[in-house]
Amino acid sequence: MKHIKTLNDATLKKSACSGGCGECQTSCQSACKTSCTVANQQCENQK
Amino acid sequence: MVHTFVALGCPIALDVNSGAVHVLDQMTYDVLHQVEGMEALPETCPEEVKTSLPYDGAEVDEVWSELKELQAAGLLFAKEDYINPDWAVLKNAPVKALCLNVAHDCNLRCKYCFASTGDFGTGRKIMPFETAKQAIDFVIERSGKRRNIEVDFFGGEPLMAWDTVVKTVEYARSVEKEHNKNFRFTITTNGMLLNQEKMDYINREMKNCVLSLDGRKEVNDDHRPTAGGKGSYNVIVPKYQQLVAERGEQEYYVRGTYTKKHPDFAADVMHMATDLGFRNVSVEPATGKPGDPLAITEAELDAVKAEYDKLAAELVDKPEINFFHFFVDLQQGPCVVKRVRGCGAGSEYVAITPEGDIYPCHQFVGNDKFKMGNVHDGSFDTKISDTFAGLNIYTKPACQNCWAKFYCSGGCAAGGYNINGDLKEPAFVACELERKRLECAIAIKAIRSGMAD
Ligand code: SF4
Ligand code: SF4
Repeated sequence: MKHIKTLNDATLKKSACSGGCGECQTSCQSACKTSCTVANQQCENQK
Repeated sequence: MVHTFVALGCPIALDVNSGAVHVLDQMTYDVLHQVEGMEALPETCPEEVKTSLPYDGAEVDEVWSELKELQAAGLLFAKEDYINPDWAVLKNAPVKALCLNVAHDCNLRCKYCFASTGDFGTGRKIMPFETAKQAIDFVIERSGKRRNIEVDFFGGEPLMAWDTVVKTVEYARSVEKEHNKNFRFTITTNGMLLNQEKMDYINREMKNCVLSLDGRKEVNDDHRPTAGGKGSYNVIVPKYQQLVAERGEQEYYVRGTYTKKHPDFAADVMHMATDLGFRNVSVEPATGKPGDPLAITEAELDAVKAEYDKLAAELVDKPEINFFHFFVDLQQGPCVVKRVRGCGAGSEYVAITPEGDIYPCHQFVGNDKFKMGNVHDGSFDTKISDTFAGLNIYTKPACQNCWAKFYCSGGCAAGGYNINGDLKEPAFVACELERKRLECAIAIKAIRSGMAD
């Protein structure tokens, strides 16, 4: 493509098939802890 | 849903439902920005869009066909229908994370403290080991098949309850195998009581540790005096440096708070990251009820956003510095199921006080309305759990149409409650900052990938 460069494809959608095991870290967003944007957490199965 | 934005001078489109990210040229940005609110792209570019833009019609058609190609590939205007909103509801979820408030007491008098200088307004107390042990038994029993259990030693200042911390870790380690659990401990400390023994222990036993520091000496000491009114910077900085040096590759964060009085946090982050050598840094806005003298409010929003821009510009060519909120894993982040769930407060995650009282999370501690039970008598009110389980991006009206929802997962219920009096109404300032940080984070990725000019 001449005008658009794709940095990232449909990774979110792809994750639906394998997701939901629940082993990942909880994601408190409060500022008094260090708030995790969920997106900066890791998936337990991809470590 | 598509969100277009410019950050660090880089025009970007995020396709919210698929997770795709595209780096655009200016013309494409100008076109897409006008139509991003549509459900889907029509066959040809609407005439009114064409005429409003200073570009050649044939060139716009070329851009349009590229956009259409992405749409056909499921990378633009993707539908949300692959997501089942039921995934978001944590009904009967196992409890898998504890915030153990081992000390409702503190040796600092931080001016913005949400815990009323450590005691949550409920009197200074240390958690006896017996209570912590019951809490560990409680989470083992309530965690079902979940193997990984998180326990965060929090307070107040948890080093004031060191004996309880050590005994709790030892107890949990002694029973984890027989129950097929894997405990992961973390600690959040102000550093005042760190010594060699505690550092060794933390570096051996804690998966993560959060070290509180507000940046430059004058800022830190203004925010974080001791009970006697002295600054804390000179005491804690050398200890943190030693702890981090001895920690090797393990996780840690040096974490600060910025306030209405000292909102220029980019300089604080750079001080901690470059002058002091801390590679993992995080800062957060002070929050508080309307009228709070230090809380960041709408009035400071523009200035604070400009600080994030400034920081992003500083950090874009320093990948060795990990500023927590600019880290976003676009490829392998958590699955979408995780992302539609809220923070888990009151269901997956609970806080326990020195008395053994159970609250949905550390932010609700001391508010009787939210008391869920006690680890000593085994009481646990699941009605409150259900209320919290129902808090997610599909039940919070503001989140449904927010482009950041799969990165934020609905924000902090306590923050919403404290500011708006409603668990389902997120705090606007926190939301604006969340969105701003995400834009910066994505732009940094784009520039580091070499795709942006
Ligand atoms: S930024 Fe605010 S509105 Fe958007 S998903 Fe997060 S909490 Fe909801
Ligand atoms: S309600 Fe807020 S403070 Fe409590 S766990 Fe959720 S995000 Fe964290």
